[in-house]
Amino acid sequence: MRSKTRFPLRNLAVGAAAAVLLAGAVSAPARAAGTLRVGMTAADIPLSWGQPDQGFEGFRFMGLMLYDGLINWDMSSADKASGLIPGLAESWEVNEADKTKWTFKLRKGAKFHDGSEFDADAVLWNFDRLFDKNAPQYSARMASLVNFRIPSVVYDADTNTKGWEKIDSHTVEFTTKSPDSFFPYQICYILMSSPAQFEATGGDWNKFAQSPSGTGPWKLVQIVPRERAEFVPFEEHWDETRQPKLDKVVTIPVPDPNARTAALLSGQVDWIEAPAPDAIPRLQERGMVISSNLYPHVWSWHLSRVEGSPWNDVRVRKAANLAIDRDGIVSLLGGYAVKASGHVSPADPWYGTPSFELRHDPDAAKALLAEAGFGPDNPVKVKMMISASGSGQMLPLPMNEYMQQNLKEVGIEVEFEVMEWQSLLDRWRAGAKAEQAQGANGINVSYTTQDPYSSFTRFLRCDLHAPVGVNWGYHCDAEIDELLKNASLAFDPAERDGWLAKVHTREVDNALFLWVVHDVAPRAMTKQVKGFIQARNWFQSLTPVTME
Amino acid sequence: MLNYIIRRVLYVIPIGLGVTVLVFALVHMSPGDPLSAVVPPDAPEEMVQELRKAYGFDKPLPIQYATWLGRVLVGDLGVSVARGREVVDELRIAVPNTFILAAGGTLLGFTLGAILGGIAGFFQGRWIDKLATSIAITGVSVPHYWLGLVLVIIFSVEMNVLPSIGMGPGGSTAWEWNAEHMRHLVLPVITLSVIPMGLITRTVRATVAEILNQEFVQALHAKGLFQRQVLAHIVRNAAPTTLAVMGLQLGYLLGGSILVETVFQWPGTGSLLNSAIFERDLPLLQGTILVLAMFFVLLNLFVDILQSAIDPRMSRR
Repeated sequence: MRSKTRFPLRNLAVGAAAAVLLAGAVSAPARAAGTLRVGMTAADIPLSWGQPDQGFEGFRFMGLMLYDGLINWDMSSADKASGLIPGLAESWEVNEADKTKWTFKLRKGAKFHDGSEFDADAVLWNFDRLFDKNAPQYSARMASLVNFRIPSVVYDADTNTKGWEKIDSHTVEFTTKSPDSFFPYQICYILMSSPAQFEATGGDWNKFAQSPSGTGPWKLVQIVPRERAEFVPFEEHWDETRQPKLDKVVTIPVPDPNARTAALLSGQVDWIEAPAPDAIPRLQERGMVISSNLYPHVWSWHLSRVEGSPWNDVRVRKAANLAIDRDGIVSLLGGYAVKASGHVSPADPWYGTPSFELRHDPDAAKALLAEAGFGPDNPVKVKMMISASGSGQMLPLPMNEYMQQNLKEVGIEVEFEVMEWQSLLDRWRAGAKAEQAQGANGINVSYTTQDPYSSFTRFLRCDLHAPVGVNWGYHCDAEIDELLKNASLAFDPAERDGWLAKVHTREVDNALFLWVVHDVAPRAMTKQVKGFIQARNWFQSLTPVTME
Repeated sequence: MLNYIIRRVLYVIPIGLGVTVLVFALVHMSPGDPLSAVVPPDAPEEMVQELRKAYGFDKPLPIQYATWLGRVLVGDLGVSVARGREVVDELRIAVPNTFILAAGGTLLGFTLGAILGGIAGFFQGRWIDKLATSIAITGVSVPHYWLGLVLVIIFSVEMNVLPSIGMGPGGSTAWEWNAEHMRHLVLPVITLSVIPMGLITRTVRATVAEILNQEFVQALHAKGLFQRQVLAHIVRNAAPTTLAVMGLQLGYLLGGSILVETVFQWPGTGSLLNSAIFERDLPLLQGTILVLAMFFVLLNLFVDILQSAIDPRMSRR
């Protein structure tokens, strides 16, 4: 009994002494030279088996580190829009006689991390992995992550007709459902895993994910679920210009922005993604470097065009766009955003020549509303579905409240239905006519404008509403459909971009969305991090980075 | 005594079955599609249906429950939908990490609670009682995630003396009981210990104060026992109540704290639950809650048996 009363005291004394000693250990743990530690926004390490989850951050910090596509993104410049460049395919061209067929000449000498050769068989094997349910490597989960990004490719499960065919050991022919010049943009999301490693891991994708093998510039050497992934350079990577300079990269999931900021300031990571805007001045005070650049992102309200929606009147849509004080919203974001002039930015080749200017002009907005039959006694009433947080949503609550105030000033009363991010996405997927939409007239989901399909087709084409697509608002304009069709039939990149610019011009001139800002993807890093080039892309390359 | 133990152990079977029903029902009653957070929002409905079938979510709930229960009985908790990993493997990593944190929280919280409660009880009404009671009330009242954030700001961000996240340079797989890793324990352990410390202080104080007023204590003094011998009697009489509270608190601590583990990025069961909730990963959620609930059940069994050993009146009830 006596010992029972004394035991805690003794332990307390020991614990207290240990705490004092530990608290006194001021120095941070030693770290290897040339190791970069990145605090990601994801809650877990993205899936490492080929097609990553966790959205585009999964591509950024797993997919495109370990793997290559046949076509890659050019991430070598911060000054121009990031375009497509040869990846595991040295070249690709459409068949002039039959424009549903594409010939891809594959790179010779490219190797997977396990030492096996990359060739045409590997390409077919990787496409079977995503489409052919009878193939041993087929993974429904992996297919669900990426197949929607490549809607053009032919695959008929009933007849087992496949739109991928081997011509020779380093040539593959793809067939699309119809002529589609967007195909190169679609295929760049398909990353090539090693068939040999799949065999070596017993044909089990979960085991493959523990020791994955791609052709990318980094190899995965350790993965601890929800904690860390460690990458080292793949010295036999086929592209010498993308040979990593660091010894090691460690990615750490830190989903909470305050925790990421604290981790950077306490020296536990060297780089954090997406610091909260209000933390940036503090980070700068403490000597951190903030990197940012325009990238293909737009923060907007997606408007419902179903019967009865006030947004069916173009004057109301234009009035709303003229009511917004975008400078104020940029200030709210600490300056880390760019005012939107449309769905894509004027620096984008698809911007075009819209005549409707997204300026802050409340008087013009009021005049348009009056013309449409609205006024102080008869305000426009809209209901919007918004989230309190979410991927790419920036600061949704303060931004939406700011807009609510702006819109009220011109005579548009906004009621919000605030929900959790995943619930919002469920409703987005269901479309504006669905019961879940509860009569909402709009939804606030930020979008990527990385490729033509993501930017325009999926939202604007008449047939892509729920359940087959995410034309949430049931927008339909025969002229835009025609322009999109012309763009997909234009195989000369400049001509294709010209058609897309016409799409965008018509989109802006008809104020099809309520556009607000483009994000600039701020990321904070210590001064020791050198050589990073923030490309105008959702994806970034860590290969040129060094630690001083 | 033996009959009591056997009876108490047998109770675990219906309780366990009830837990499986509750866990399954609660998880499936919560709104939202189990695949919506896993599948990208652009994925076509056809693909979602294929996955639903692959994971068995297309079957009626009673069949899903029976299938799950059948697997659970042979130790198979299924596969995480989002991660593709075995739930058992996820728990194998997370549970020891939570135990490390819980051990620290238990040691600190129970020790401080017992000391402060004892002092407050013995010196009831004096300034030291008021001080200890104030500390206890503060401990119970302060939201621990807020305390965690404040500690991070002070010790990690401003003073830069203690790490703010994780289990150490190599993560949980490289955990060692050395200073470099234990630095990572300091802030989460302090944060985790405040609530049990407060509760135990209040329980011990009330119990000691009550015992001190009982006639047998006066009898012991009258008998001429030394103070420390009287103290031993008081401790023995206070132990069952205190142990019951400690058992419950230990259960909470072993269950992992979602908030504390999230604030400090501690890869334990709380953090696992947090991921499972956000990803609506039903197999992971069911498996984790079930294992934690069973910990709680077994811990209560252990405490009940321990109480009956200390106080034989318990087993006669």
